[in-house]
Amino acid sequence: MSDSHGAYFIPEPSRWPIVGSVALFISFIGGGIMLNGSGFGTFILGLGIGAVIYMFCGWFSDVIRESRGGNYNKQVDISFRWGMSWFIFSEVMFFAAFFGALFYARVFSVPWLGGEGAKLATHMFLWPDFESVWPLLTTPDMSMEGIESKFTAIKEIIPAWGIPALNTAILLTSGATVTFAHWALKKNNRAGLCWWLAATVALGLIFVVFQAYEYVHAYKDLDLTLNSGIYGSTFFMLTGFHGFHVTMGATMLLVILGRSMAGHFSANDHFAFEGVAWYWHFVDVVWLGLFVFVYWI
Amino acid sequence: MSEAVIHDHDSHDDHHDHKPTGIGRWLFSTNHKDIGTMYLVFALIMFFIGGAMAMVIRLELFQPGMQYVDPQFFNSMTTVHALVMIFGALMPAGVGLANWMIPIMIGAPDMAMPRMNNMSFWILPFAFTLLLSTFFMAGGAPAGGWTMYPPLVLQLDHGFPFLIFAVHFLGISSIMGAINIIATVFNMRAPGMTFMRLPLFVWTWIITAFLLIASMPVLAGAVTMLLTDKYFGTAFFNAAGGGDPVMFQHVFWFFGHPEVYILVLPSFGVISQIIPTFSRKPLFGYASMVYATASIAFLSFFVWAHHMFTVGMPLTGELFFMYATMSIAVPTGVKIFNWMATMWKGAMTFETPMLFAIGVLFMFSIGGFSGLMMGITPVDFQYHDTYFIVAHFHYVIVPGIIFGIIGGVYFWLPKWTGHMYDETLGKWHFWLSTISVNILFFPMHFVGLAGMPRRIPDYNVQFTDWNQIISLGGFAFGLSQLIFVWVIIKCVRGGEKATDQVWEGAHGLEWTLPSPPPFHSFTTPPQVTDATAHS
Ligand SMILES: [Cu+2]
Repeated sequence: MSDSHGAYFIPEPSRWPIVGSVALFISFIGGGIMLNGSGFGTFILGLGIGAVIYMFCGWFSDVIRESRGGNYNKQVDISFRWGMSWFIFSEVMFFAAFFGALFYARVFSVPWLGGEGAKLATHMFLWPDFESVWPLLTTPDMSMEGIESKFTAIKEIIPAWGIPALNTAILLTSGATVTFAHWALKKNNRAGLCWWLAATVALGLIFVVFQAYEYVHAYKDLDLTLNSGIYGSTFFMLTGFHGFHVTMGATMLLVILGRSMAGHFSANDHFAFEGVAWYWHFVDVVWLGLFVFVYWI
Repeated sequence: MSEAVIHDHDSHDDHHDHKPTGIGRWLFSTNHKDIGTMYLVFALIMFFIGGAMAMVIRLELFQPGMQYVDPQFFNSMTTVHALVMIFGALMPAGVGLANWMIPIMIGAPDMAMPRMNNMSFWILPFAFTLLLSTFFMAGGAPAGGWTMYPPLVLQLDHGFPFLIFAVHFLGISSIMGAINIIATVFNMRAPGMTFMRLPLFVWTWIITAFLLIASMPVLAGAVTMLLTDKYFGTAFFNAAGGGDPVMFQHVFWFFGHPEVYILVLPSFGVISQIIPTFSRKPLFGYASMVYATASIAFLSFFVWAHHMFTVGMPLTGELFFMYATMSIAVPTGVKIFNWMATMWKGAMTFETPMLFAIGVLFMFSIGGFSGLMMGITPVDFQYHDTYFIVAHFHYVIVPGIIFGIIGGVYFWLPKWTGHMYDETLGKWHFWLSTISVNILFFPMHFVGLAGMPRRIPDYNVQFTDWNQIISLGGFAFGLSQLIFVWVIIKCVRGGEKATDQVWEGAHGLEWTLPSPPPFHSFTTPPQVTDATAHS
């Protein structure tokens, strides 16, 4: 159908965008009702999330069908590339907000509460006995006699050179395996592609399992929880959102593995693979930041 | 439905596209013009909802003492007025213009990702249902100010998660819309449409899209921390746990200041199209306009704490943010002078779009100057949280941004509908709006300097006279906007047939298409040369 003037691809009207909007709407309503203390909300939230998953499956199977049907030309491919890159950039900025919170707490708010810099008066008026340390095991309001803190004191933090270091090695290795998969794909070596992808997914899952184990350990043995002041807050929000992204990335890799086994990709046409690989590298890089700033220093 | 087609130049004639029909045309749309129309209509509806809230505010402030509403509801009005106007009226209006015009201006058939485009729109009505439903919940609607500062915002009762989720939802919409615009401009330009030949409206939108992608996720992060602070025991904004309520303000305004430019740059883009057209001269200093816009956007990430001079920062912080803020006046000045130089010795005519564009030029500058005043830290200590700041940002937003958008609507309405609008009514709309908007906002400078605080339902009797004048200006401005609706309805329904070029001085691809353009804009990429390019 294309000719020397070039051809444009415009998808036909689709119901997935409105399904997606409604699905998210239901999820948010459910989440809101749930947070307001009604169990009924949890049910609606579940329904909404189910609908979101349904939308993703439907939308992406359309896209895959179009791609398999040969409807996508070079221009669509490039549009997807721009789209994925900027999506990843927006994710980077989302993490930046939480890293910002971590740095602010470590560089400003905790030292200020301990009386450093220009905020001596705050220290003297609020919690004169509070000492600034990092990791912050006990919160400022615990430094006052006779006042019950709304937070829990941390017994011990998770040292960097245990599971976190192991997880770093696992994720870095998975970054390498996904690259080997890409090399295999570029040589049209489907078996190599599938095996290296499977290895990547497996490493991702091991990472998540280790992380889950670490969380249980933190809650049960170390009293390190979301509720243990700014250390627990930044620790769990950063690692938690990262863990969620690893899970999403592993799911995406799994889909790509299925498509690879079905022979969807060729040496010069495999944007879906590359997009997911980019995402996986992004998750990897975020982890390095976490390892250094949350666990290590 | 999910079947895809390839459109090439011989798949159908210009005037004979197979348009989907019925409600499905709108619900399932993958057409940039239909989606643009939905964005614009939605923005107009939200403009009147937010406007109605402003009318309640002005009614209550007509006299000192409490008359019509209780303080809690008054505070909900100021809070939700802002949220509705920013996220419901201004941003969607800008995206609506972008949707309609960018593909036409760059010679593309549609946006790069039409389905995602549809989702960016359809999120909006649902997100605002979430937000506005809080009025009917225990504890009422958000009332702690649109900036959602903790700990005040955490006192919101059942509406709280819905406020947060509405912000998340709107963020998803904005990010998808922005990604789409970048992909479209980077990848869908017609042959010969180089970056430095892009119409300035397209340039301002690429830069806006970048700002959106960089700042909306930060807002999402900030409100997520509010959510976990309230429900999951985190201590981000609680000093008792080692956090800091001021930290929220830093994270919020890291989003909030670029947001200002997200709102204003599309308006700058619009008037950069209008002024050359009615001056019958190319835009003066095209390249410097591009660079100035880019520098404004870049600098906007380093000035956020000018919103927080009085909350307490180290002295170096106060100084840094003061100087950084001042520096934005340089590229902004470049733009203002370029627009004036474009008009210099031009063969000017003053149709309604041009009047609105000139209105932007003058009155945005007033807002810009008061902004410079407040950028000076010691001076800001006096003005902070008074009606002076209310005057400042409303000058920027109403005659600076809304006038730009309205001017754009008048400018492109003949292209969209195929009919000329009623010029007499348009002029009435302009003059009534301009006079009333100044009666509405100019005296706010006086009461602000005299010390009247913002977000307060009652005030000292000494402020009564000015407040009554302000309120009258407000009511007049609100009523004047009904003319706008009437002009649009009239124009959609009929009127003098518009030519392809519509305006004598108009240049660019959008004016080569028929009015109204075919359902799929350019099914064959046009070849662009210097002669056919916009500037
Ligand atoms: Cu600002």
